[in-house]
Amino acid sequence: MTDASPAHITRAESDQPLLVLDDLRTHFKTERGLVRAVDGVSLTLARGESIGVVGESGSGKTVLSRSIMGLLPSTAVTSGSVRFAGQEILGLPTKQMRHLWGAEMSMVFQNPLNSLNPLMKVGKQITESLRLHLDMDKANAKETAIRLLRDVHIPEPEKRLDQYPHELSGGMRQRVMIAIALACGPTLLFADEPTTALDVTVQAQILDVINEQRTDRNMSVVLVTHDLGVVAGHTDQIAVMYGGKLVELAPTRTLFANMKMPYTKSLMRSIPKIVDPSHTRLATIPGRPPDLVNPPKGCNFAPRCAYALDKCHHEEPPLTPAEEAGHSFACWYPVGSPEFEAKDAELIAAGEVPVSVAGGGA
Amino acid sequence: MSEFDKDVVEESEHVPTDELGLHTTYQHFEDEAGPDETAEKRTLGIGFYLSVGWLITILALAILAPWLPIDDPKAISIIPGERPPYAPSSEFWFGADQDAHDIFSRVIWGARVSLTVGVSAIFFGMAIGGSFGMLAGYFRGRIDKVVSFVFIVLLSFPALILAILMTALLDRSLTTISIVIGILSVAPVGRVARATTISFADREFVLAARTLGAKNGRIIIRELLPNVVIPMSALALLGIAVAIVAEGALAFLGLSVEQDVTWGKLILLGSGSRVLREAPWIALFPILILFLTVLSLNFAGDRLRSYFDVKETSL
Repeated sequence: MTDASPAHITRAESDQPLLVLDDLRTHFKTERGLVRAVDGVSLTLARGESIGVVGESGSGKTVLSRSIMGLLPSTAVTSGSVRFAGQEILGLPTKQMRHLWGAEMSMVFQNPLNSLNPLMKVGKQITESLRLHLDMDKANAKETAIRLLRDVHIPEPEKRLDQYPHELSGGMRQRVMIAIALACGPTLLFADEPTTALDVTVQAQILDVINEQRTDRNMSVVLVTHDLGVVAGHTDQIAVMYGGKLVELAPTRTLFANMKMPYTKSLMRSIPKIVDPSHTRLATIPGRPPDLVNPPKGCNFAPRCAYALDKCHHEEPPLTPAEEAGHSFACWYPVGSPEFEAKDAELIAAGEVPVSVAGGGA
Repeated sequence: MSEFDKDVVEESEHVPTDELGLHTTYQHFEDEAGPDETAEKRTLGIGFYLSVGWLITILALAILAPWLPIDDPKAISIIPGERPPYAPSSEFWFGADQDAHDIFSRVIWGARVSLTVGVSAIFFGMAIGGSFGMLAGYFRGRIDKVVSFVFIVLLSFPALILAILMTALLDRSLTTISIVIGILSVAPVGRVARATTISFADREFVLAARTLGAKNGRIIIRELLPNVVIPMSALALLGIAVAIVAEGALAFLGLSVEQDVTWGKLILLGSGSRVLREAPWIALFPILILFLTVLSLNFAGDRLRSYFDVKETSL
């Protein structure tokens, strides 16, 4: 180990952003052709801040987080830049990334039923990385494990250490998973759909635990999800992805108050609402996510967009800044533009858009 | 499930969309996957314990053979005035063959060789095939291609020719015979190890271990090996059964262990058409013991496999 190795990266200074992505591209070579899973994503995440990466299945959000962590299969080709605490980490060999994994960045997975080793006691799974990275002795590691389990609100942590994963409920297992991910005090936590496999009441608790730990540890969080509702209360920033591209990026409040992309709007519309009467049909986005081998010409979303005009089908909209700070979007006729409003009025008249959520964002 | 729960569950079918409905369907699901049903499926059954009992008996007899009050398998115990072979009697429980060898003692001594061949061949196959299979399943890519190709070659290589070649070139010792059968078991065992590893290597706990900084070796040994060994151990029992039968087949061709008696050789000795007619017990008893042992191994292995299968689906 040399002094230049990433293990010796000093913790990010407060004024420097923890994570900077610049034109990150991840392509996969397949038999069908080149799959552009992540196609030119740029964003910045400050220390202690959390960002929600939102999109449908296949929008590239999971690949994005794995690209940052360097957990891609060998068929992947990456370009662009990922700077973590000021140092370029994209394309670092696994040997060097290993010093970052667990210690500086870690990940919570979607399915807690799958992400724990079924044959290893919970305590062992938590203490393993403590002993590996922090060189703790047995007693010390056990004590830390109990403290971690208490941090994620697991009752009777001493007892849990001696249990196997199948003896715990789904929510409990996800808490254990979070405890494992937090064990070595990472500065960046990826949560890849951490609540998808859990039932609604547990979902909120898990998100609260992640958020609480973020504040306590001044840690940054990348929350990957398909559910805008999940990120609403738990993130500072939201990045909406579509077809491997960033289509809207804004501080959470700004996004919900003034969303520009019709796609974001459609995602918003597909969240079931408590005021809806029973048996209300869920609003869906028609069509399928774009083919990432042969993306449509022009805007990726145009073929499914109710507001698309001629230009959308021919020219690709660039990511342009909106009036508020930190807000940018990629759309020719964003929500609020005259063309959008005209089309919206037309659609409402035709009864295609539920009136309660249609209309301008402001 | 209490009466109250049943009511709630039934109610929930009418109002499936509201919050109460969601909650109770969840409860209902919990009840279905509750401990009652799995407990019922999880027992190994009396057949398993009978099989294991038989295997332990045979194993104990084989190990303790030198100290048991039985005849030397090579001793010739002629009853004065009578011509061998002798039918089963109080003196010769399983009868005696044409040379007046006690078959009961020979079956027990034969078990020593047959079981040793079976166990060590599969151990060899597990060690070689298992490790290469796991490496192929974990690393995939080029390693996988090479290993899989070698497995296919091994599978398509005529087993008999390999056996004849090796016994002709080397010798017909216990070690050589075990290695021959071991080599033959490498490919089938290795392919199962590879497939099992692949199914576990994609599980998130393996990726989770990587994101915590675990190295490949650690992942293979700590995370994958325990998970792969369990289904493989059930397979090992089946494999031992196959190996014992294979030894019998080799013996039939005169290719089995030269020095000692084995089950296969005992059967061979008793299977001449005249012998079979006049003294069927010479072949029958070794066949019976071999059959019961192979049956027990198969049954125990099969039960064990489905036992662990259930456990896995419930996870």
